[in-house]
Amino acid sequence: MTAILKDRRVRDTALQAAFVGAIALIIVVFFVTARANLEAQGLTSGFGFLERSTGWRISFSLIEYSTSSPYWKAILVGVLNSLFLGAIALPLATVIGIAVGVMRTSGNGMAELVGTSFVELFRNVPLILQLLFWYTLLLALPSPRDAEPILGGIALTGRGIYLPGLNVTGGSVFVMTLVLITAFGVSLWLGAKRWPDLHLDQAKRERMGLWSIALVAGVIILFLGRIAGETLLSIPEARGLNYRGGIRISPELMACVIAIGIYGAAYIAEIVRAGFNAVPKGQGEAGHALGLTNWQIFSRIRLPLAIRIVMPTLINQYVWLFKATTIGIAISFTDFFMVISTSINQSGQTLELIAILMGGFLIINYTIAWVLNRVNDAIKLKGTQLRI
Amino acid sequence: MPTHPVIPAELPRQNVLSWLKARYFATTRDTVVTVIFAAFVAWILWSLIQWALLDATFAPNAGDVCREDLHGGACWSVVTTRWRIVLFGLYPFEEQWRSGLACAVMVLVAVLSCVPWFWQARRLAPLWVAGFATFYVLMRGGYFGLTEVTEQNWGGLSLTIFIFAGVSLLGMPLAIVFALLRRSNLPWIARTMALVIDVIRSLPMLSIMFTFAIVLPFVLPEGLTGDKLYRVIVGYALFFACYQAEIIRGGMQALPNGQEEAAKALGLSYWHRIGHVILPQAFRNALPPTINQFVITFKETSLVTIIGFFDVMASGRAASGTADWNFAVIEMYVFVGLIFFVFVFSLSRYGAYLERRLGVGQR
Repeated sequence: MTAILKDRRVRDTALQAAFVGAIALIIVVFFVTARANLEAQGLTSGFGFLERSTGWRISFSLIEYSTSSPYWKAILVGVLNSLFLGAIALPLATVIGIAVGVMRTSGNGMAELVGTSFVELFRNVPLILQLLFWYTLLLALPSPRDAEPILGGIALTGRGIYLPGLNVTGGSVFVMTLVLITAFGVSLWLGAKRWPDLHLDQAKRERMGLWSIALVAGVIILFLGRIAGETLLSIPEARGLNYRGGIRISPELMACVIAIGIYGAAYIAEIVRAGFNAVPKGQGEAGHALGLTNWQIFSRIRLPLAIRIVMPTLINQYVWLFKATTIGIAISFTDFFMVISTSINQSGQTLELIAILMGGFLIINYTIAWVLNRVNDAIKLKGTQLRI
Repeated sequence: MPTHPVIPAELPRQNVLSWLKARYFATTRDTVVTVIFAAFVAWILWSLIQWALLDATFAPNAGDVCREDLHGGACWSVVTTRWRIVLFGLYPFEEQWRSGLACAVMVLVAVLSCVPWFWQARRLAPLWVAGFATFYVLMRGGYFGLTEVTEQNWGGLSLTIFIFAGVSLLGMPLAIVFALLRRSNLPWIARTMALVIDVIRSLPMLSIMFTFAIVLPFVLPEGLTGDKLYRVIVGYALFFACYQAEIIRGGMQALPNGQEEAAKALGLSYWHRIGHVILPQAFRNALPPTINQFVITFKETSLVTIIGFFDVMASGRAASGTADWNFAVIEMYVFVGLIFFVFVFSLSRYGAYLERRLGVGQR
C-alpha cells in the first residue's frame, strides 16, 4: 500500500482527482440544496419562468416593454441598457482621459496642476459616492416649470435633461449605428491588411470614400425611418408642468454617465500619461528635424504611438469599467444587474437568474476583450515597422 | 513655431524666474494656457472657499440657521452634529470610544505594515492577526468587563475598516494558495484553478457580493450559512484573492527561471523553494500592483451599502437622510468623500513612493 503511495504518478493523479472532485462536490451540494429549497417553496427549477410575464415596470427602456412582457424581455431590456450606458460612458471616459493625460504630460506647470488634481480627486473617492453625489446635484436642478431652455432647446431640469432630437424610429437609429460600426470595422481592416505596400494617399482616399458612403447611407436610413405626420426635428418645449418633445435623458442615466465617465477618465488619464512617457523623445525630435509643427508631432507621432503602447492596458480598463456600470443599481438605473436582482425577488428562480447573470457578463466581457484585441492587432506596430 | 525648451526637473535651477519661464511661460501658447488655467483654478478655488468656509455654518445643531441662510454656503452643521453616526453607526453611545480605539488599532497595524522591517511573513502575519483580534475583542466585547455589542450594531467607519481588514487577512493567504495552484505542475489542478480565477474575475464585484449575501443561504445546507456580514467578507475575500493571485503570478513570472532551478539544484524541497526563494522575490516584484489592489479593495468596500450594510457611506446617507437634515446631503457626501480620500490618497502615495524606491534598487 505504501509502495503505491510513493509512486509519483499515482500520487499526482490522486491529488488532481481529489481537487477536481472537491470542487465538483461543492457544486453538487449547491444544486441539491437549491433543489430541495425550491421544492419546499413549491417552485419548479428550469428556465420555463422566462416566458411568464413580469408584472413590474421598467422606467427606462430602449425597446418596447410593458408589465405584461415576459421575463426574457425584461432581461434583454437590462442588457441593452447596460450596453447603452457603456457605449456612452466609455468613449466619454476615453476622451476626457486622453485630454487629462495630455495635460499632465504637456510640460506646462499650470496644465499639469489641473490634470493632477483631477486625477487625484476622482481616483481616490469611491465610484458609488461620486455617483450619488452627481445624482443629488442633478435632482437639485430646477423643476421643469422654472427651467429656462438654453442654446436653442436644451433644458436642464430636475426631472431629466431635454435635448433636441429627430422624430425617427428606434429601428432606423439602430440600423444607422450598425452601418457606422461596420464602416469603422472595415476601415480598420483595410488599414490592417495592407500595411506592407501602404500608399498613404490611396489609403486615405479609400477611407474617405468609405466614410462618405457610410454617412450618406446613415442619413438616408434616418430619413426613411422618420415618423409620419411629425416634423423631422423635435425641440423640447415647456408645456404645463413638464417638457414635451425632444430626447429626455433621465437623471439616473445622466448620473451614471457622468460618474463612470469621470471615474474612468481619471484611470485612463494615468494610462495615457504612462503611454506618452513611454514614447521615446527621439520620435518628437525627429519630427522637429523634419519641420513638422507641434500639432503635427502630437497628432501624427506622439498620440498614435502612445495609444498603441497602452492599448493592452486600456482593454483591461474597458472591461473593468464595463463591470463597474453595475453600480447603477445604487440609484435604480435599470441595468442588467438590477433586472436580475428584481427578477430574483419577484420570481424566486435564484439559481437560474444567477446563471444568466454570470453567463451574460462572461459573454459581454469576453466579447469586449475580443473585439478590442482585434482592434489592437489591427493598429499595433508590426514587425519591423518601428522599434521602440 | 518655436519648440519647448526641455529642462529636466533634476537639474539645479538657476533662479526662480527662469524656472517660472520654462514651466509656465515658455512660449506664447504656454502663456495663454497658463493664464486660462490659472483663471479657472482661481475661480474654482474661490467658489469653493466661499461655499465651504466663508459662507458656511459650522455650529452644531444649527439646521434652522442653515435653512434660513441666504448665502447658500455649506452647512457643516450636519457634520458637527451627526459625525458620530458616520464614524460609529448604531454603536451604543457610551461604548463608542471602543469603536474609535479599534479603528485606531487597525490604522496602526496598516501603518506598521508599511515599514520594511515587517515585510516578512513571520512578522506581518502575527501583526495582522493580533491587530484583527484586538479590533474584534474591542468591538464585540463580552470579555474583560466590556459589554457585548453584536455585529448587527456595528456601523460607520469601523464597519468599513472591519470588512477591509477581514478581506485582507483572509484574502492574502487565499491569493497565495490560488497563485500556487494555478502554476502547479499538475495540469488538472492548474486548469481548474485558472478557470475559477478567470470566471470570478470577469464578474462584477457587486454580483459576487450579492450572490454571497442573498443567494448563498439558499444553496448551502443549514448550519453552514453563517452571518450575512461574514458571508460578504468571505465572498469579497474570494474576489480579492482571484485578482491578487494574478498579481502574485505576474511577480513570479518576472523571476528568471534560474532562481527556481538553482534552488532545486541545491536540493531544497518544494516548500523551501516557494517560501524562501520564489515568494519573497515575487512579492517584491508585485508590490506596486499589490498596493494598488488594496487601494481598490478599500474603495470598493463602499459597495456593501447596496446590499444593506451601514458602512461609512450608508451611515453618511442615513445621517443626512432625516427630514431635518435632508437639505445637507451634499455636505455629508463631501465629508464621507474626505474620509475615503484621506485613507486612499495616503495609501496610493505610499504605493507611488514604493515604486520609485524599488525602481532605484533595480537599476
